[in-house]
This record gives sequence, structure tokens and C-alpha cells, in this order.
Amino acid sequence: MSTIVLLLITGLGLGALYFLVASGLSLIYGLMGVLNFAHGSFLTIGAFIGWEVARRLSDGSWWALVAAMLTGAVVGALVAAATEFFLIRRLYNRHIEQVLVTVGLALASVALFEGIWGTDPTYVTSPSWLGQTTEILGARIPNNRFMLILVAVLVLVAIVLFLKFTRYGLIVRAGVENRLMVTALGIDVRRAFTLVFAIGGAAAGLGGVLASIYYGYVSAHIGGSLLIFAFIVTVIGGLGSLAGAAIASVLVAVLQQFANFYLGGTGDLAVVLALAAVLLLRPRGLMGAKA
Amino acid sequence: MSAFRARPMTKITASAALVLLMVLLPLLNITIPGVFPGATYTPGTLQLLAYAMLIAALALSYHLLFGLAGMLSFGHALFFAAGAYGLGIVLRNFSPSWLPAGATFVASILITVLIGFVLAALVGSVSLRVTGISFAMVTLAFAQAGSVVVRRNPGGQTGGDEGLTLDVSHVPDALVGVLNTRNLYWLSLAVLVTVYLVVLWVEKSRAGHVVAATRENELRVRVIGIRPYFVRLLIFSIAGALAALAGAAFLLLQSGVSPRVATPDFTLTLLVIVVLGGVGLRWGAVLGALVYTLLDQRLTALAGSEFIAGLPDILRIPLSQPLFILGTLFILVVLFLPGGLAGLTRRNRRPQRPRARGRERMLDSEETT
Repeated sequence: MSTIVLLLITGLGLGALYFLVASGLSLIYGLMGVLNFAHGSFLTIGAFIGWEVARRLSDGSWWALVAAMLTGAVVGALVAAATEFFLIRRLYNRHIEQVLVTVGLALASVALFEGIWGTDPTYVTSPSWLGQTTEILGARIPNNRFMLILVAVLVLVAIVLFLKFTRYGLIVRAGVENRLMVTALGIDVRRAFTLVFAIGGAAAGLGGVLASIYYGYVSAHIGGSLLIFAFIVTVIGGLGSLAGAAIASVLVAVLQQFANFYLGGTGDLAVVLALAAVLLLRPRGLMGAKA
Repeated sequence: MSAFRARPMTKITASAALVLLMVLLPLLNITIPGVFPGATYTPGTLQLLAYAMLIAALALSYHLLFGLAGMLSFGHALFFAAGAYGLGIVLRNFSPSWLPAGATFVASILITVLIGFVLAALVGSVSLRVTGISFAMVTLAFAQAGSVVVRRNPGGQTGGDEGLTLDVSHVPDALVGVLNTRNLYWLSLAVLVTVYLVVLWVEKSRAGHVVAATRENELRVRVIGIRPYFVRLLIFSIAGALAALAGAAFLLLQSGVSPRVATPDFTLTLLVIVVLGGVGLRWGAVLGALVYTLLDQRLTALAGSEFIAGLPDILRIPLSQPLFILGTLFILVVLFLPGGLAGLTRRNRRPQRPRARGRERMLDSEETT
């Protein structure tokens, strides 16, 4: 029983990370049809700069952690908005080229991070409470899992509120539904593009700081490895669907944890098999709008 | 480059002359400072050239998917790795007593290529159920799974993170050792020419025409009454088999293989190569592979040089990362040079006629199909 609880909550924590990456990917794809390979780099740069700030403030205090998270989110948002503005926008409606540009950006930025911060992982110091465990139903759960889940839920609520109750949220939702019609009504969709990139980048940057708590270190490849699972999550959840991304991140992460424990560390393979199964039975994903 | 627009006979003669030059290269003493590490007959240069040619063969097989069929696959490294690891594993475990040594070697290569074909058919049959961006992500997921399997070292066969070393007991002596780099060079050239001819044949075949038509307008192909799924699957499987062939030769050339070739990053490199050279053109893929491999090698040499070490940090850090320079170059090519390097030569020939971009793209696709 305690093992199942532990796996479940750890899975939820990992799912929270996947969601922070996948939510941005899914929104960006839904609105603009861009598969963003550079999303992992937004995450990595958020994590690196967030921790640089935290280290300068003080090691291991809550204030430093909050500062790191805010910095990570802001840096992620700025880098993402700049990417959209300088690179993606020039290739408007040419989806393959847009993917290629983000691929180039991902390759170049990872190399640059390695040049600046080195190839070895940089270990981070977080508040000591996060390193301890809490006992629930006999399972000793690392405290940082609770924080991951809490932050991801807050981000989910914030994005949903934004989409439902603001004017730009309305434009984004309408744009996902029918971009041509929104443009025809005289609304400048391009501003919404930059905004969606900034939101996705902020979630990814925040996710970067949290991922480094989860793993205990930051490295230049932290974003790339999460990105692949985020891709799987977005396909399983249905491209462009935020709710699908949320559900699929939890399912994928929990499945991964259970397979890792009970099936001899085959979590990554189980996830790929799940992806294949979803594609065979339901090619548009769990909550996808159309094939 | 004017030969490429010329009459078919001249084209064939020019290609034959180029291949002949490549065949004779190990016997000549040509030094090009800054491009090759040494004279063309030295093992170091031959090794680099052979490596570049195998990457070119791989890029050609990727061209079948991306350039011809318009399928943006992020999992092509899987089949290259299947070829390299596959041959290594087959050579170690497959030694029937009734076959002479040489025949065992040839049979092993054939088995490896068959493995590549079957694996691609399996992966393709699932991932081709979706198209476009979903297809890209699904192939990426399969490649990731392959990468995980290779690193996990199932049954002690792949060697995990350390990679696999070639078991030379069934490999002909002429293909083993630094002194025989020349033979490996010729083998790589033969692989490249074979892959080129197969790709050419596929492009000119009915299946090639169908996938090219599907790339342009899938609905129309369906209306005519052709189901694109099986033709796409066929092309995907052929590309997988060709990649496995290149991978098998890669194992022989490097006398080993590391898990790096199974990573999705390796596929991204391939994508960079094909786009750099010019999407949709066979010799664009070859050119891209040669330019990329030589640049990568020279930039790595440059990164370690004293000139770079003496620069201030803000210049030194970016310049000491070859992948940063290549990635940036790639972005610039995508933004400003839609036809790649191959498109550059085409544009230079007719500089006096400025045209709208849309029209130019249309012409590009006409010329490549």
C-alpha cells in the first residue's frame, strides 16, 4: 500500500513537471500550428538563470527559491517572446520551416549553455524542508513532490482563468478554434501569438526551476530530456487541448513510475507503448479536436 | 555546377567522372589546408572522408522521407543505429559452420539490412497512422525508446553507455586496421553510390511518383483511387533499410559504435544536413553531409586552437562550441536561404531575374519532383 501511494504521488509530481512543459507546447501548437523544439531550451535557461539569482541572494532560503521561480518564469517568457518575434514570425504559416528554426535554436542554445555553464551538472541547494519526507499512509514522500503538484495546479488554474475571463484569452480560444475567422474579424492574432509563446515560456521557465529541485541539479540537457516526454504527453492528450495535456501528463508520469518499479525499470518503454496504443485506437489523442 | 541542368548524357558522364575521382583519391597526393587534416592518401583524411560519405548516404536515405515524401521523421537515427548495432550483434552471434568466412560476413550484412527494413515497416505501420506534426512526434518517441533500449544493454548485447566494439573474427582482414583505411574508404564510397542509385531508382519508380504527389496534395491522390498509406510505408521501410546499410558500414569504419547514434539529437543533425544542402535534391543531401561533416571537424579543431583560447569570454564561449555555430548557421539558412546550399548555386545562375518568393518556391518544387 505504502509503495503504491509513494509511486502515485511521485508520479503526480513528475506529471506536474510534464504539464508545465506540455501546456505551453499544446497552446502554441493549438493556436499557431508550431511544434516548438526550442521549448526545452526555454526551460533550461529559466532554470540556469533562476538558480544564478537564487545563489546570489542566499543559499537555501524560501525567499531565494521564490525569487528563482519568478526569475525563471520571467526569463522563460522573455526568451520565448523574443523567439516568436524574431524567428517564428518571419516564417508565418510555413510550418515545416518554423519547426526547423526551433530545431536549430534548440541545438545552438544547448551548445551555448554547455559553453557557459559547462557539461557537468550544477547542483542546487533548496530549502531543507524540500529535502525531507512526510509520511502519508505509511509512505515516506519527498516534500518537493507536494510543491511540484501545488505549483502545477496553480499554473493550470491561472491559465484556465486567463483563457476564460480575459479578452486575450478569448482571442486565443477563438484562434485555436478558427484562426482565419478571428483574423477576418479584424483582430490582430499575431499579438496573441507572442502572448501565447510568452505564457508557454513562463510555464517552461518555472518548470525548469522546479525540475532542478526534482532532479537536484541543473544541466544543459535537462530541458531536452523533459521535452521528449512532453511531446508524448501532448500527442496522447490531443494536440491543442490544455485539459488533455493535464490529464495525459498525470497518466504518463504515473504509468512511468509504476512500470519503473514493477516491470524492472521499463518506464520509458511503457510510455512509448502507451503512445502507440493511443495512436492505434484513437489517433487524435484523448481530447484532441480533430485527427 | 552547370552540369546539373545539362542534357542527361552529360550529366551521367559528369557523375561518373566525379565517382572516378573519388575512387582514385586514396592514390593521389592532394593537400587542401583548412579543409582536410592531411594529404588525401593519409588514413586520417580517408577516415574523415569515408565518415562524411556514410553520413551522406544516411542523409540520402533521409531525403527519401523528407525531401521526396515530405514526411518529417524525427526517428531516422533509430534505423542507422539498428544497422550499426545490428551488424555488431549479428557478427558476434551468427557463425554457421556450413558457411565460409566471407559468406558469413556478406550474409550478416544482408541480415542487418533486412532487420532495418522490418523494423522500419513495424515502426512505420504505427506512426504513419498520423501525419504531419503528430507523425514527427511519434517517430521521435520511437527513436527515444530505441535509445533507451540501447543504453540499457539488454542481454549484454549493446554494451550500454560504453558502446559496442566490432568483433572482427568474421570480418575480412582487408577491412580491419588503420592500414586498411583505404579499403574502408572504398567500401563507404560503394555504399554511398549504392544508396544514391537506389534512391534514384525509387524516385523514378511509380511508388516514388505517388509519394511525391501525396506530398503535394494528398486529397487528389486519394481521389484518383490510390491509398497513400501503403506506398508511404514502403518508402519508409526502404529508407530504413538504406539507413541500416549506412549504419552497418559505419560500424566497420569506426570498428565500434557508441549510443550517440541512437539519440534523437543525431536525427536532428540529419535534418540539419538535409536542409543545409537543399531539401528535395539528391546531391543537396550529399553536399550538405560533406559540408556539415567537414565544418564540424574543422570547427572542433578550431575550438581547441590557441587563437580561440586567447579571445575574451564573450567571443570564446560561442566560438568554442561547434554545434552553436552550426545551429546558428542552420537558422540563417532556413530564414534567408530556403533552397539551402543547392539553392544558392541555382540562384547565382540567374541573378538578373528577381522573382516573388512564392513563385520561386513553386518552381523549386517543380524542379525537384
